[in-house]
Amino acid sequence: MGEYILELDRIEKSFGDVKVLNDISLSVKQGEFITLLGPSGCGKTTTLRIIAGLEKPDKGKVYLEGKDVTNAEPNRRNVNTVFQNYALFPHMTVEGNISYSLRLKRLDRARIKETVSKALELVQLVGFEKRMPSELSGGQRQRVAIARAIVNEPRVLLLDEPLGALDLQLRRQMQTELKRLQKHLGITFVYITHDQEEALNMSDRIAVMRDGKFEQIGTPQEVYDQPKTSFVASFVGSANIIYGTVSHVNEDTLVFENKNGIGIAARNKINILKGQKITVAVRTEHISLTPAASNRNAVGLMGVVKEKSFAGGLLQIFVNLADGQEIIASRHGIDSLLVPGDNVIVTWAPEKAILVDLEGAQ
Amino acid sequence: MRNNSKLANIYLGFMLVVMYLPIIIVIVYSFNSSRISSIWGGFSLKWYEELLRDRSMFDAAKNSLVLATSSSVLAAIIGTLAAVGMPHVNLRGKGVVEYISTLPIMIPEIILGMVFLVYFALIGLPFGMVTLVIAHTSFCIPYIYMLVKARLVGIDKSLAEAARDLGASEVRVFFDITLPLILPAILSGMLLSFAMSLDDVVISIFVTGVNTNTLPIKIYTQLKTGVTPKINALSTLMLGVTLLIYILSAWIGKKGSHREDLQMEGK
Amino acid sequence: MIKRLYECIRSLKINCLAFLAVLPLFAFTFIFVIGPLAYMLILSFLQRAEVWGVVNKFTFKNYRDILEPVYLKTFIESFKLAITTTFLITIIGYPFGYFMAKLDAKWKKRMMMFIFVPFWTSSLIRLYGWIIIFRANGVFDRFLMTLNITDAPLKLLYSYPAVLVGMVYVLLPFMILAVYSSAEKLDWSLVEAARDLGASSFQAFLTISLKLTLPGLLSGVVLTFIPSMGLFFIADILGGNKVVLVGNLIQEQLMKAHNWPFAAALSVILMILTSLMIYIYRRISNVKELEGLV
Repeated sequence: MGEYILELDRIEKSFGDVKVLNDISLSVKQGEFITLLGPSGCGKTTTLRIIAGLEKPDKGKVYLEGKDVTNAEPNRRNVNTVFQNYALFPHMTVEGNISYSLRLKRLDRARIKETVSKALELVQLVGFEKRMPSELSGGQRQRVAIARAIVNEPRVLLLDEPLGALDLQLRRQMQTELKRLQKHLGITFVYITHDQEEALNMSDRIAVMRDGKFEQIGTPQEVYDQPKTSFVASFVGSANIIYGTVSHVNEDTLVFENKNGIGIAARNKINILKGQKITVAVRTEHISLTPAASNRNAVGLMGVVKEKSFAGGLLQIFVNLADGQEIIASRHGIDSLLVPGDNVIVTWAPEKAILVDLEGAQ
Repeated sequence: MRNNSKLANIYLGFMLVVMYLPIIIVIVYSFNSSRISSIWGGFSLKWYEELLRDRSMFDAAKNSLVLATSSSVLAAIIGTLAAVGMPHVNLRGKGVVEYISTLPIMIPEIILGMVFLVYFALIGLPFGMVTLVIAHTSFCIPYIYMLVKARLVGIDKSLAEAARDLGASEVRVFFDITLPLILPAILSGMLLSFAMSLDDVVISIFVTGVNTNTLPIKIYTQLKTGVTPKINALSTLMLGVTLLIYILSAWIGKKGSHREDLQMEGK
Repeated sequence: MIKRLYECIRSLKINCLAFLAVLPLFAFTFIFVIGPLAYMLILSFLQRAEVWGVVNKFTFKNYRDILEPVYLKTFIESFKLAITTTFLITIIGYPFGYFMAKLDAKWKKRMMMFIFVPFWTSSLIRLYGWIIIFRANGVFDRFLMTLNITDAPLKLLYSYPAVLVGMVYVLLPFMILAVYSSAEKLDWSLVEAARDLGASSFQAFLTISLKLTLPGLLSGVVLTFIPSMGLFFIADILGGNKVVLVGNLIQEQLMKAHNWPFAAALSVILMILTSLMIYIYRRISNVKELEGLV
């Protein structure tokens, strides 16, 4: 228990008939920036609230610095939260908001003033002491909320989608700032977002969540390049999920086939048997399309180009396979020589095809 | 279609005149030096002077003020605490009690007065200020309770959570966060209660003691027995007080609203 | 109970504190609202003692007495007055509230003040003004005489019409405010759409505005009908002895005749009638919702 500053042990939580958290366990190291990533309703906010003490789990335990705080009140934990809507006290000034926790501890006025100034400096809002929340912009309120939470010197800081309400530019800016702040203060950050780009940019580790369970916990690189499940593969970055039956097992690779044709995947030392049903994930940027006309002997999945579109800075080509499945290929550039109606063969490099949803392999 | 036709505006204007007519007449005749209201005898302040010299009026005024203040303060405490605590309490039948507590403003005043009279007699309370305060408090509580309850609903729940997250106990949350934010509602409720109490004649008649007079009771008895223009003077003064209370309440309303703007945006 | 209280204070958990917070209201309501009402009910079934007080004998006599023609007549009179008052208030007050809602924001605020100030002023004072106007050789008489409409003073005071004026005058703001709050929320673009589709102003009003402001109108009706059954002092002041309502009756029985059980019985009946009104109102507004008119 010594090296982990926060531990969640088999947490379960239901609201009425709905089971929101289903056996959640997590160990967070001191100084880590860990993100809970997942779609709306997956339970990430509930998890955060349980860590903060605003909810109590039905089963399971929460340990903070080795102590069992599962049933401790929020005001008795050394954890602070930055709320999604900032929750700034409208009737107090910026100074009043930030100094609130210090005033509760009855620190002397000089110390409070000093601490508040330092906090304002950290979030770059020097001179804003006497302003009222109603006079601030969204980004400024955001920073006051952060200042208010860190001034308490909590061991763990919880952030509930703090950048959700900001526009793109500001969000990117704040992402860098938050990361910098975290490194500077050395506080453990538990961050919530549904934006995978944000998670990949800022985190030391990501816990991908779905329907009250962690599907995978790992570094951004692990989660991106080695997704364990088809959900993780599709949620983080975009991936094509292909199903098939193993037809050949080689030393380093395996060959599988389905109604649309033949595919290859890297074996990665996993035990696979011929005839086994597998699921393979290939990222859209790793898909190659060759016109069937020009290469009659190419081996892959057979399909017909459906449409091309330009989105998010990438060209996307949608291909319909024989059994109706859609494959998406993406690349940089504005256009390609392929047009809708062309017959193409879908291939990829074997090491870019990842085996996912393997039973028992968690 | 959106703006009023001329006819509509004329109607509004006419009705306003009719509404204010009696009030204006009372005010005007308070300065009438003639005793008989149908004859104008010239401008005079003598009725005001007489009023100020009338001891019994003074006592009645004092009683009314004490009564109104006590009732609104008592109602404010009981009503506010209840409104704040009710959402967190899990008693069966709390909805019923809530409903019953608002009955005093829903049943006809005559019944309320009668009911209090016989009840106070039954339990042996001395008729006078005590019974008056109890009776008035009963019809002041619902106003404050409902106003505070409505205001509470509009307050962002995450504010209390943020305070607890920062280290505040439940008690501190109430004093630091909840109370300042519901204060406008409490104050408007108190002002409304104050005005209602000052105005009450029916219930007061029933539950007052022999020696305790309130202003409305005094006016009422004088209206029935024999009127002097002193009443006009008194009425004019009371009108001024009401106007003052109204301006106060509007001012408080404005102060509360800028906080509401923030809460709307913050979502 | 005591143990719970003790644990409460020790841990200061929110449920306990909340319990303490609602305790005053609960206590007050039990002692000073439920108590008196329950007692009134019991009292109405007791028998009146010879000179003063009551005898602990259960009887229906009080209720049977109500059926006497003279008392029944009072109820009917009160009912008639209440209906007439409410009717007049509706005709006068509905247009007022409706037009008020169509004013621009600045004038809306002013209007609110104009209505509220008399509303908060003691009703006695406002009624007194009417006394001055109506009394023989009072303002109204002299006004009429100056215009040569009549040449003898009309004995308007202490009459049924005077009471009616008084009732309407005192209760009008309730209707206005009820209609206003409903009309204020009206989506005017609906009316404009109706006009656009070919409806005349009046048709648009009937089919759109009226239906949509019906809830406000109904609240206003309830808010005026119920008090008008009980406002006895208006009849007292403006009607003299000519107009006797249930309210006056109750007061008289209580204060002068000292027949408390009878007064209690009268009150119970009055309460049942008013509760009936509220119930009917609730049913009507629910039905309207089902029909999609609201």
